[in-house]
Amino acid sequence: MKTVRSLIIISLVCVLALAVGVPAWGKDTIKIGVIGPMQFVQGKGHWNGAVMAMEEINAAGGVNVGGKKMKIELVQADSNEFLNVTDATNAMELLMTRHRVDFVVGGFRTEAVLAMQDIAMEYEKIFFGAGAAHPELCLRVAQDYDTYKYFFRAAPFNSNFLVRTSFLHLQFVAGILKSQLDLPNIKVAIVAEKAMWADPMVTASEGVIPKFGMEVAGVWRPSPVATDVTAELSAIQRSGAHVIFTIFSSSVGIPFARQAGELKIPAVQVGINVEAQKDGFWEATQGQGNYIFTLNTYARGVEQTELTLPFVNKYVERFGETPTYTADTYSAIRYSLVPAIENAGTLDSDKLVEVIRDQVVKTPTGTIKYMKDEQGRYLHELTWGPGYLLGLGVQWQDGKMAGVWPNKWKAAPEAPEITYKGIVDYKIPPWVVEAYKK
Amino acid sequence: MIFDIVITSLIKGSTYAMLAIGFSLIFGVARIVNIAHTAFYMVAAYCIFYTTTQLGFNPILAIFVAVILVSLLGLITFKLLIAPIREHEAAVLIATIALAIALQEVMMILFTGDYRSVPPLVPGFATIMGVKVFYQQLLTFVSVLVVLGLMYLFLQYTRLGLAIRATAQDREVANLMGMNESQVAMLAMGISVGLAGVTGAVLAPLSIVEPHMWNHPLAMMLAVVVLGGLGSIKGSLYAAFILGTAEALVVFMIPAGAYLKGAVALSIMVFVLLVRPAGLFGVQFEEER
Repeated sequence: MKTVRSLIIISLVCVLALAVGVPAWGKDTIKIGVIGPMQFVQGKGHWNGAVMAMEEINAAGGVNVGGKKMKIELVQADSNEFLNVTDATNAMELLMTRHRVDFVVGGFRTEAVLAMQDIAMEYEKIFFGAGAAHPELCLRVAQDYDTYKYFFRAAPFNSNFLVRTSFLHLQFVAGILKSQLDLPNIKVAIVAEKAMWADPMVTASEGVIPKFGMEVAGVWRPSPVATDVTAELSAIQRSGAHVIFTIFSSSVGIPFARQAGELKIPAVQVGINVEAQKDGFWEATQGQGNYIFTLNTYARGVEQTELTLPFVNKYVERFGETPTYTADTYSAIRYSLVPAIENAGTLDSDKLVEVIRDQVVKTPTGTIKYMKDEQGRYLHELTWGPGYLLGLGVQWQDGKMAGVWPNKWKAAPEAPEITYKGIVDYKIPPWVVEAYKK
Repeated sequence: MIFDIVITSLIKGSTYAMLAIGFSLIFGVARIVNIAHTAFYMVAAYCIFYTTTQLGFNPILAIFVAVILVSLLGLITFKLLIAPIREHEAAVLIATIALAIALQEVMMILFTGDYRSVPPLVPGFATIMGVKVFYQQLLTFVSVLVVLGLMYLFLQYTRLGLAIRATAQDREVANLMGMNESQVAMLAMGISVGLAGVTGAVLAPLSIVEPHMWNHPLAMMLAVVVLGGLGSIKGSLYAAFILGTAEALVVFMIPAGAYLKGAVALSIMVFVLLVRPAGLFGVQFEEER
């Protein structure tokens, strides 16, 4: 009896050890964790993009891993990172320990992604960040490569490039105001939510705008969650600003656009307004967000590469909305991760890092090539610029998000003009025309 | 700039006053610190959003439905959650915090975290002394005056109003005089939450409808009622306009510090409390005699 009991215990221990310690044994799926704030648009974008990639890859027979076809399986993890960074780290821990995923895509808020990044690195899992823009995420890679080499930025390009692109948009719009309204001296009101990521952008804006031949009319820093900005708008109107340079990633972008539209403030808005990148913006502003210009990644009908429209059209058909940049989990899986696995013939993270960091791939938003820093160290940072990723400038025009930039844009005086297919002309709001037309 | 500050102060002040009046009423009458007050305001905003956009209700009908539903929810809450623990003020405080979070999570499940909006009852704006003011903001200002007027008439000239005033002055004596103190408290709760519903109806078009929309107004409402003196409707009104003025001054005098407007308003509250611990018009309760 004693022997039988011992045998049963030994068998149970063996089964347990096999189940816990050798998860890849007999494995025929690749598990990818998709982490993001799933109750919000950003998280839904993460999930939808990943689902589309999974469906396409599995429908084509799966991923060829050293001669063996493996299907992709997604695991959803709600990071709840808008409300609680601890929830985000717990969700990442669960992906690592309970679900034992092979790779992770997603993340949105820099504060949360920094913490999630540490966990993924500890478990040596490749993590494609598809939301946070802070350069620190990739500086860590260069500074401590052995620890952070498993992190790659998937979207968007970092905040230094975001602000550079926004300045191009500001110059573009100011040029149109100057020529069409004959305004010799453009005054710009800088309105940035009070958030860490926006602070260096405000400093940069104050320094750069006068160099563009424009005048800074003032700086306003509302709370990121302000719901009433009528006082700020009154003050901006009093300042005589012709352009409002917005730096918003939070909900304040909605009341600011809505109330400015309702009050017919005689100044055009250009810059970053993350809320205006979503289809729901029109409804959320009750249509008062008309003529708002923002940096964006996708717009219906605008083609950045030959892959853009097939992706955007299919996404719209499948999910009923235009993808936002968090849906670039699609590109991360479809164009970065899977080709790397097939090239390397393995799921081994270390071997895949060596492939991904040097591969150049075309995606719906442009060509992805990972940068090195000035000392030649790997950054795993997205390359910005003509031929790589540029982003879009979009403007809300009568309920539609229209692509308006790049429109005959030149990176340098001798460089060729760049205009994406599907780009339309920028429109000045009629009440601004009325206010300034001589 | 002076006109900007004056008009913005009046508009901001009326917004805070709308919220604070209902909160002060239930505290003054029943000593219930209903932290879920602004969560009821959030529920009313969602009711209006749902009935107008999904069911196609006329906005006026939607407001009517929202106020009734939220008032009923308030009565049910009182009966099931607050009444059994009413004598323990700390327990009531914690229970209403839990209720507010529960309501937030329910809305999150039903409507997700997406930002929604409702159309204004009166679209457009007026220009008063060079300052652009939404008609909806003017409606809020008028609503405060109307609500205050109706409250005054109700409290002064109805039997229930008399009972509420008597209970507010001294619960024990009111009980001894044959008034059903518990029932009065429940009705006061219904009226208070109904006012939160009206506030939701008036303010929702000026705000974003989302599950956390109750957080910031809660902080400002508490600041208003504490500054005005807990339980004093008159005090709440004065305090609302003081804090509204403080916010307007910050935005116009320190544009780059506009995000500090809430912090400055709360600092003023703390300063006043240091000088007058009971607030501007603190109500003296029977326990304090």
